[in-house]
Amino acid sequence: MIAEHGCDAPAVALAASDDVVLRAVGIAKHYGVTQALKGVDFEVRASKVTALFGENGAGKSTLMKIMSGVERPTAGHLELDGEIVEFGSINEAAARGIAIIHQELNLCPNLSVRDNLFLGRELRTPLGGVDYARETAVAKELLARLEEDIDPARPVSSLRLGQQQIVEIARALAGDARVMIMDEPTSALSATEVLVLFRIIRELKGNGVAIIYISHHLEEAIQIADDAVVFRDGALVATHSGEGLELPWVVAQMLGGAEIPDRDVSRLFTEVGVALSVRDVEVADTDGSGRLAVDGVSFDVCAGEIVCLFGLMGAGRTELLECLAGRLRAESGTISLNGEAVGSLSIRDRIARGIGLVPEDRQRDGIVQLQSVGVNLSLTTIAALHVPPLLNRADERDRVLAGISEMRVKTSGPEAPIVSLSGGNQQKVVIGKMVLAAPKVLLLDEPTRGIDVGAKAEIYRLLNAQADNGLAVLFATSEIGEALSAATRILVMRKGKVVTEVDPAQADRDSVMAAAGGAAGDLLEAVLA
Amino acid sequence: MTLEVGGVARRPRVNLNALLIEGRAFLALVLAVVIFSLLSPHFLTGDNLILMTRHVAINATVAIGLLMVILNGGIDLSVGSIVGLSGVVSGYLLQGWNIPFTDRTAYLPVWAVVIVSLIVGASIGLVNGFLIARLKIAPFIATLGMLYVARGLALVITNGVTFNDLRGEPQLGNTGFVRYLASRPLGIPMPIWVMGAFAIIFSLLLNRTPFGRWLYATGSNERAAELSGVPVRRVKIWVYVFSGICAAAVGMLLAADLPAATPRGGEFYELNAIAAVVMGGAALSGGRGTVRGTLIGAFLIGFLVDGLVLVGVSVFWQQVIKGAVIILAVAVDQAQQTLHRHRAGAKAVRAASGGPPDPPDRAVTIQQQKVTVT
Repeated sequence: MIAEHGCDAPAVALAASDDVVLRAVGIAKHYGVTQALKGVDFEVRASKVTALFGENGAGKSTLMKIMSGVERPTAGHLELDGEIVEFGSINEAAARGIAIIHQELNLCPNLSVRDNLFLGRELRTPLGGVDYARETAVAKELLARLEEDIDPARPVSSLRLGQQQIVEIARALAGDARVMIMDEPTSALSATEVLVLFRIIRELKGNGVAIIYISHHLEEAIQIADDAVVFRDGALVATHSGEGLELPWVVAQMLGGAEIPDRDVSRLFTEVGVALSVRDVEVADTDGSGRLAVDGVSFDVCAGEIVCLFGLMGAGRTELLECLAGRLRAESGTISLNGEAVGSLSIRDRIARGIGLVPEDRQRDGIVQLQSVGVNLSLTTIAALHVPPLLNRADERDRVLAGISEMRVKTSGPEAPIVSLSGGNQQKVVIGKMVLAAPKVLLLDEPTRGIDVGAKAEIYRLLNAQADNGLAVLFATSEIGEALSAATRILVMRKGKVVTEVDPAQADRDSVMAAAGGAAGDLLEAVLA
Repeated sequence: MTLEVGGVARRPRVNLNALLIEGRAFLALVLAVVIFSLLSPHFLTGDNLILMTRHVAINATVAIGLLMVILNGGIDLSVGSIVGLSGVVSGYLLQGWNIPFTDRTAYLPVWAVVIVSLIVGASIGLVNGFLIARLKIAPFIATLGMLYVARGLALVITNGVTFNDLRGEPQLGNTGFVRYLASRPLGIPMPIWVMGAFAIIFSLLLNRTPFGRWLYATGSNERAAELSGVPVRRVKIWVYVFSGICAAAVGMLLAADLPAATPRGGEFYELNAIAAVVMGGAALSGGRGTVRGTLIGAFLIGFLVDGLVLVGVSVFWQQVIKGAVIILAVAVDQAQQTLHRHRAGAKAVRAASGGPPDPPDRAVTIQQQKVTVT
């Protein structure tokens, strides 16, 4: 907070620092049966940075989408300057001075930087055409302010991810926003770029702009926050002023009563035998940049072990798991399952050999939305359930019912549509689908993403039970609490490499975080200096 | 609540939504029959019903094949051309070949002609599937291309003319093409039998085999299906092969019926078939649709067109009405889907505001959390 004192003074002089600009009153949001927000009251003040904390699925992004007009609340309303407002679209919110930098990049990769910056609010010539000259000049100005040397005529697709994020930020700056929402603005930025962003934030504060800041890099957000609020399971659970805000308090509030069952680590798994062996695996980045997302990774997972791949966003965890499952091709290296090389097999053949993936994005890669719980559960094993040429439906039903009870899926029955289930129960179906195939190695990518605390604990209990039966579990997470509680061993990944291996019984949160986020630690020092 | 295995009814409840979607097209069909039979005394006669159903059968058989493709989330524009090509191939084979340096001519038996024509249809489908599944060409483009290629091949084979003699020579043993394919077992024309057979076979395929399950899953969420071990590319190739086989069967029925094999046969059949599939409640985005629905859609279009002819509506207005009905059917379908989603959402809100969600499971002891924050 040291650097911010200089900026606070003029803001106080404007007597605007305590003005609430935007207020959310009793905001609730449901997606199908999922309750993303449960009646949240929240306010942001001019010339202040309000930092939002919370685990994935806690409801932060949903609230920001409602405040910026992307989504409409199921209940509750917004007040702008004390006046009740309803944003029918992102344009209506923008017209009232609310800008958002999205977590996912919302750029058209085929258009140039300039066209993206002015998309939907093009500058016009007197004849009504686009005033490209003026747009180019303004674009250059914006990019110069962000200290980024990008030609506005370049197509966005030719920029690296960090530069694309800069363009996204520049776009928000292009409008004269009174409220600036920054949802994970730094996920792809380099340390110096983050410093530039922080300078911009201080400038904006000086101009009376209210800023909402969300980041997975907790230290970074604590650094910049004037006010802090913590979300958990769709509710606002705690607030704190920026003064005296500390990491342990934030983490404790974020986790709340989350109780991830401990894994019994007293056994020596190497005696049981290595189930999955990975040697020098390299995977190219899917963005086509030619970089390696996974850069020479080697490790073993034994039967009965629950191994965690811990790392921040972009560390290469997802790419590694997708490579092991057969979706991504390994550039080099070997993958063997119980001593048999599986690196050249298809996803289908790998599942048949006993290695399957529970993907990170449940909606995109996990469930078959138009089908029932039963069809989703039996999808992987369906071919084994038939007496050629027809299916044995009685057998299928028995197995599905067994799967539902084994995975403790809360559903009205196998015929219930999968989308009628809560996120946690959908996830249990996706896991159950693989478990029914009797795998030897189960890979899970962020298995508890976007599900409530109770379901989280239950999923880890299920994994424990499977591991007790000899299943080797490898799961990826960016949530340190889960890594430390659920795993028998933690492999810390950073920039495509396994940088260290940690015994969760002896490690603490800080050392693991430091190993995973080396760059973040460096940044923190740079900011403080 | 947690499901109790013993307490679950064996028979699933009827899916109300699916019933409504299909039921709506069925109601429209009943409505069309009632209106036309009031307007024309000839509409509801046995002969006219059989005549109309024979027309329907031609479209329905193409549509059943196309349904496979649409369930996969694809589209097959080449079916009309395959109809033409298959007819022409049978016609060509029935003419026989002159063996060089002799005055003899070689003939294939009729069963072989039928099989070769089906293989030709399947092969065009295989090419479609290969282009789409392996070379990742968009289904619209790949099958648009094959629409021209197959039609062009039909023209090349015949040099643009029509084969008029499909009856074969008794002394050569290749008669029967017309006799069998244009016959009326039990008074029912052959196309209706073929439609029935294909409907049963593809219903079983969709509902009672792993392939059917894979097809519905791939059409709804291909990425999830692939990660679940579904052979998505194989499924994708096979649906175009099935579509090609159905179209080839229709090509022969059409040629035997005339009896003549014209290279222009089956033009625009793809459009009628798409209309039937979509009116039967299938989603063009894939994953939703049934053989039963497609049959109802085909009957609705067929009866509508023939009924309009019967009551003397001008050919020009027939087109307008047919197009309007197709759009109306899909618009109602969309509205119903939206309504259904809204209702599901509202139900969820009521349920969520009810009691506390997910009561903790007491059977499992929650262990002490290891991480303590100081």
